[in-house]
Amino acid sequence: MPFISNTDQQRHQMLEAIGMTMDGLFADIPQELMTNSLNLPKSMTEQQVRSHLAEMAGKNHIDLTCFLGGGFYDHFIPAAVYSIVSRSEFYTAYTPYQPELSQGTLQAIYEFQSSVCRLTDMEVSNASLYDGGTAIYEAMMMALRITRRNKIVIDDSVNPIYRVMMDSYTQNLKIELEQTTSIDGLANREAILDKLDDKTAAVILQNPNFCGCIDDFTDIAQAAHEKGALLIVSTYPISLGILKTPGQMGADIVTGEGQSLGLPMSFGGPYLGFMASRKKFVRQMPGRIVGRTTDRQDRRSFVLTLQPREQHIRRDKATSNICSNEALCALTALVYLSLMGKEGLKETAQLCADKASYAYQRITAIPGVEAHFRSKWFFNEFVVDLPCDAADVVAKLIEKGFAAGFPLRRYYNDMENSLLISVTEKRSKQQIGLLAEALESVL
Amino acid sequence: MKLVFEKSVPNRRGVRTSPSDVPTSINIKSELLRGSTPTLPELSELDVVRHFTQLCQRNFGVDTNFYPLGSCTMKYNPKVADRIASYPGFAHIHPLLPQLRLGGMLTQGALQVLYETDMLLREITGMAGYTMQPMAGAHGELTGMMIMAAYHRDKGNHKKTVLIPDSAHGTNPASAAIAGFKVKTIPSKDGVMDLDAVKESLNDDIAGVMLTCPNTLGLFNPHIRQLCDLIHSVDGLAYYDGANLNAIVGQARPGDFGFDIVHLNLHKTFATPHGGGGPGAGPVGVCQRLVDYLPVSIVIKRDDGTYALEYDRPKSIGYVAPFYGNFAVVLRAYVYMLMLGAKGLKRVAENAVLNANYIRHKLKDYYKIAYDRVCMHECVFSTTAKMAENGIRAVDIAKALIDRGFHPPTVYFPTIVRESMMIEPTETESMETLDAFIDAMIEIAELAQSDPEKLKAAPEKATVNRPDETKAAKELDIASL
Amino acid sequence: MAPKGLFFTENHEWIKLEGDTATVGVTDHAQESLGEITFVELPIEGKELSAGDEAAVVESSKAASDVYSPAGGTVTEVNNALEDNPETINESCYEDGWIWKMTVKDKSEVEGLIDEQAYNKYVEGLE
Repeated sequence: MPFISNTDQQRHQMLEAIGMTMDGLFADIPQELMTNSLNLPKSMTEQQVRSHLAEMAGKNHIDLTCFLGGGFYDHFIPAAVYSIVSRSEFYTAYTPYQPELSQGTLQAIYEFQSSVCRLTDMEVSNASLYDGGTAIYEAMMMALRITRRNKIVIDDSVNPIYRVMMDSYTQNLKIELEQTTSIDGLANREAILDKLDDKTAAVILQNPNFCGCIDDFTDIAQAAHEKGALLIVSTYPISLGILKTPGQMGADIVTGEGQSLGLPMSFGGPYLGFMASRKKFVRQMPGRIVGRTTDRQDRRSFVLTLQPREQHIRRDKATSNICSNEALCALTALVYLSLMGKEGLKETAQLCADKASYAYQRITAIPGVEAHFRSKWFFNEFVVDLPCDAADVVAKLIEKGFAAGFPLRRYYNDMENSLLISVTEKRSKQQIGLLAEALESVL
Repeated sequence: MKLVFEKSVPNRRGVRTSPSDVPTSINIKSELLRGSTPTLPELSELDVVRHFTQLCQRNFGVDTNFYPLGSCTMKYNPKVADRIASYPGFAHIHPLLPQLRLGGMLTQGALQVLYETDMLLREITGMAGYTMQPMAGAHGELTGMMIMAAYHRDKGNHKKTVLIPDSAHGTNPASAAIAGFKVKTIPSKDGVMDLDAVKESLNDDIAGVMLTCPNTLGLFNPHIRQLCDLIHSVDGLAYYDGANLNAIVGQARPGDFGFDIVHLNLHKTFATPHGGGGPGAGPVGVCQRLVDYLPVSIVIKRDDGTYALEYDRPKSIGYVAPFYGNFAVVLRAYVYMLMLGAKGLKRVAENAVLNANYIRHKLKDYYKIAYDRVCMHECVFSTTAKMAENGIRAVDIAKALIDRGFHPPTVYFPTIVRESMMIEPTETESMETLDAFIDAMIEIAELAQSDPEKLKAAPEKATVNRPDETKAAKELDIASL
Repeated sequence: MAPKGLFFTENHEWIKLEGDTATVGVTDHAQESLGEITFVELPIEGKELSAGDEAAVVESSKAASDVYSPAGGTVTEVNNALEDNPETINESCYEDGWIWKMTVKDKSEVEGLIDEQAYNKYVEGLE
C-alpha cells in the first residue's frame, strides 16, 4: 500500500499484541453506516500519476504573454526562493506550538512580521491571513470591534473581487456596508466625507487601486479620525518599493495580497494575506502573532504570543476563527524580500512603473485607443478604452498569443470597452511592442 | 541566532535586477512616493540561503521524525505531489485566464483537476456537491455556517443557536459566532456528545449542530445517526467538522450518517504538507438540498466533455475566496487520492486506528487514560496521580520527549481532560517507530518517579529551553522596526 | 482561604459592599488557576451592568477568563493601575488587585451570594 510502512505481517503482530481484530477496532461505527466499497478509479503508481498529470498540465496554456493583473501578477521569482522554502524542515512542520522544536518557523514569522511593518510603515503585524480579500474582511471585523460601531464605507476602486467577497461575508451580520463611486480613477472624497459619521467604524480604500491609479489618502485618514473612524488600506507590496506607504498616509490597518512576493500564480492559490496595524490595536488583531522573549538560559527565543485572542482559547469570543494560515507563503515572501533587499525591491517597482508607462504610451498611440482616466498617475496597470467590446478584442488576442488584459465590464457596467492592462518587470520592450501591434491589427 | 536584518551589510546585493529596456521616466509625482527605500536587509544570495538553512535546522517536521501531534494528522506527505504542483502547466496559470472569453479552453487541465476532486470527495464522503474555495479548515467552517444561515434565511426560519459539544475544536464555536450564530455548549457523556442533553436543548431556535466524529478524544459517537435525526426534527442542519476524517476514510461516510454540511482538511486526511501552519485547504461539501447555496464559481462538465466555470447560481452565498481556493493544495490531494484508490483509503483508516490503539494499549499502564475503551485515530492520556504528586505536568512529559527525538503530542487539549496529552500516530508510521516512541514514553514515566527534577529541566538538547511566554506577552516585542 | 466580609460567586469573583457601593475582583483560586496575569481588560466607567454581565477579562499568556458582574449597578471607578501592572492581581487579589467599583442597585442581590465559608467549601469541592 502506498505510503504505509507497516507490512501485513506487522499489522497482524500488532493486532495480536493488543488482542483485537480489525473489525473490533471499528465496532463503534454501527454496521449499517459502514461502506462496502467506494466507487473510485483504480489506484495509480507514481509513474502513472506523473504522466497522467503531465498530460493534464499540458492542457493549460501558459505560453501566452501575460498582461493580466487585477491584483495577481506574473513577477520574476529568484531560484533561491523555491530552493529554501522546499526544505522539508519548514515544509512538513505545523503550527509552532512547541517552541523548542520550532525556532526556525517562529523566527521566520517574526522576521516576516518585521518585514511587513517595514514595508508598510506600521508598528505591528501578524503571521499571515489566507489572502488579500479575507485580510480586508478581517480588518473590517477588527475595526468594528475597536470602534464598537457598525458602519463601513468602501470605495468602488477597491478590487471588485474583494468587494464581492465582502458582500458575502457581511450577509448575516448587522453591518451597514456602504459603497462610494470613484471619480476619474480616484477615491470619491465628497461621497466618503458625506457618509462618514459617528456610526462609521472604518473607510476601506486601496492603493494603487484596482485600475492601477495611485492616490494619497492622507486627507481621508484625517477626516476619518476626526469622526472616530479608522482607515483601512489594501496595498500591493511590490509598489511599496517606491510609493508612499499607508503608514505615511495615517492608515490604521493595512492589508494586502502577498502573491507578488515570490509566489507562483498557481491558478489562484495558495496566496498570502498580510495585515499590519498600529500597536494600540494589537489585541484586536486576528491570527497568530510571534513575539520575542528569552528562555531559561536567557537565550533569545521566539514564541506564539497573545494567544488568548485566538479560537483555541477564547472559542466563540475569539478575535477570529483562523487557525492554519499561510505560513509557508509568508516564509516565501520573507525569503523573496530578503533576497531582493531594499535596492532590489525599489528597482523592481521602478521597472514595473517604467514598463507600464512605456506600454501606456505605445497603446494609447494606437488610433481609436484612448486612456480612460484623466488622472495620469498609475503604477503598473492602466485602463484604456477601445473602439469596440474589450472582451471581443481580448478573445482575438488570445489567438495571437497574448493574455492582453482584463475587460472591466464584468465589474463596472459603464466600462464595456475598457481594458485593464498590467505590466511587470518580466515583460520586455519587444513583447510590449508586439502587443501594441497585435492590438492595432484586431481593431 | 541573529535576525536577518542584523546580518545586513550596506550595498550587498542578493538579486541583480535586469537592466531596463524602456526609457526610464520617473512618471510619478514626488508627493506620491515614499521618499526613502524600505529598510529591508542587504544580503548576498549565499547570506540568505545560509540564514534560512540554519533556521530550518532549528525546526522539526514529519520528515525529521515521529510527530504525533493529536488532531493535526501529521502523516507523511508524498513527494510526488509536490513535484506535480510545480509543473509549469499548473504553477504558472493566471487565475483570471478562464474568466476571459474563450479562456476556459486554455485551462482545461486545471478545471478538470477541480472537477474530478469534487467528484472524488463526493464519493468518499457521500455528499452531493463541493466547493474548493475555502483556504483552510476554519475557513471551511465559516463557509459551512454561512450556508447554514442562507438555508434558514431562505426558508424564513429565525434560528440563531448552534449546538456544539464541549470537546470541540475552538474553531467550531469561533466560526459559528463569526457567522452570526449564538453558541450553546453541550456537555459530553462517556466522552461523546450527550444525546439527552441535546434533546433537552432542542427548540425552534436551534439552527444546527456542529461536531467532529470521531471527536477530539478519538471516540466515535455510536448514536451519530440519531443525533442528526434529532437536529433534523427541528429543521436544524448537521455540520460535520472533517478534521478527523482520517479515522474513517474509506470505511464510512458522513453523508450516510445524516450530515448536511461537511468540511475536509485536505492537509490532514489527504496528506498535503502543513507548511509550518498552512497553507491548507478546507473544501465544503453539502447534501442535495443545499447545493444551490454553494459559493460561486463551480466547475461543471459540459456535454461535449469540456469543463467550465458556472456563475449563474442565484441562491449562492457568493464568494468566500477570490478564485478557486488553494489550487496547488487541492491538486496535491487529488494526486494522493488517485494513487490510493478505494482500497488504499480504506487502509489509511485501518492503519491509523490500529496504530493509535497499539499506543493506547502499550501506554495505559504507565499513564492515566482518559477513556479506557477502543479509540479511533487518536487517544488521550493524562499524568497519573503519582506524577502529579511529584509536580510532573503534561508539559514536562512533552519537553522530555523532545530530548528523545520525538515531537510531543498535543498537550492541554482537549480541555475537558486535565493535563491532557493527545496522541495521533497516523497510518504512515511503522511499528518500529511506534515501539521506539512507546519505550521513550515508558522511560519518561519511570523518570517521573525516580528523578522528577530531570524532567522538569527538560529539554536539554533543544536550541532553546522553555521560553518565557509571560515575558513575551508583557513586553510584546513582535516586530523589529 | 477567602477573607471574611466579602461575598463570592461560583465563577470566582468577589464583591465587597460598603454602603451603596461595592468593589469587585477575582479570588485567589481564580488568579492561581490562570497563572501569571499579563493583561486586564477593564470595564468602561459609567457602564450599566446587570448581575451576570461580562464586565472585564483577565488574561495570562495561555488563558483568558471573563469576569462577570456579581450584581447590577453602574461602574464608578476602574483600577487603572492594572493596565501597567496586571500581576498585582496575582500578588494581592483581595486588596490592590481590585478591578472595578460600582453602585449597587439592589443590595439583596449581593447578600444573596455565598459567603467566605461557603465559597471555601465550594473551592475545596473543585479539587
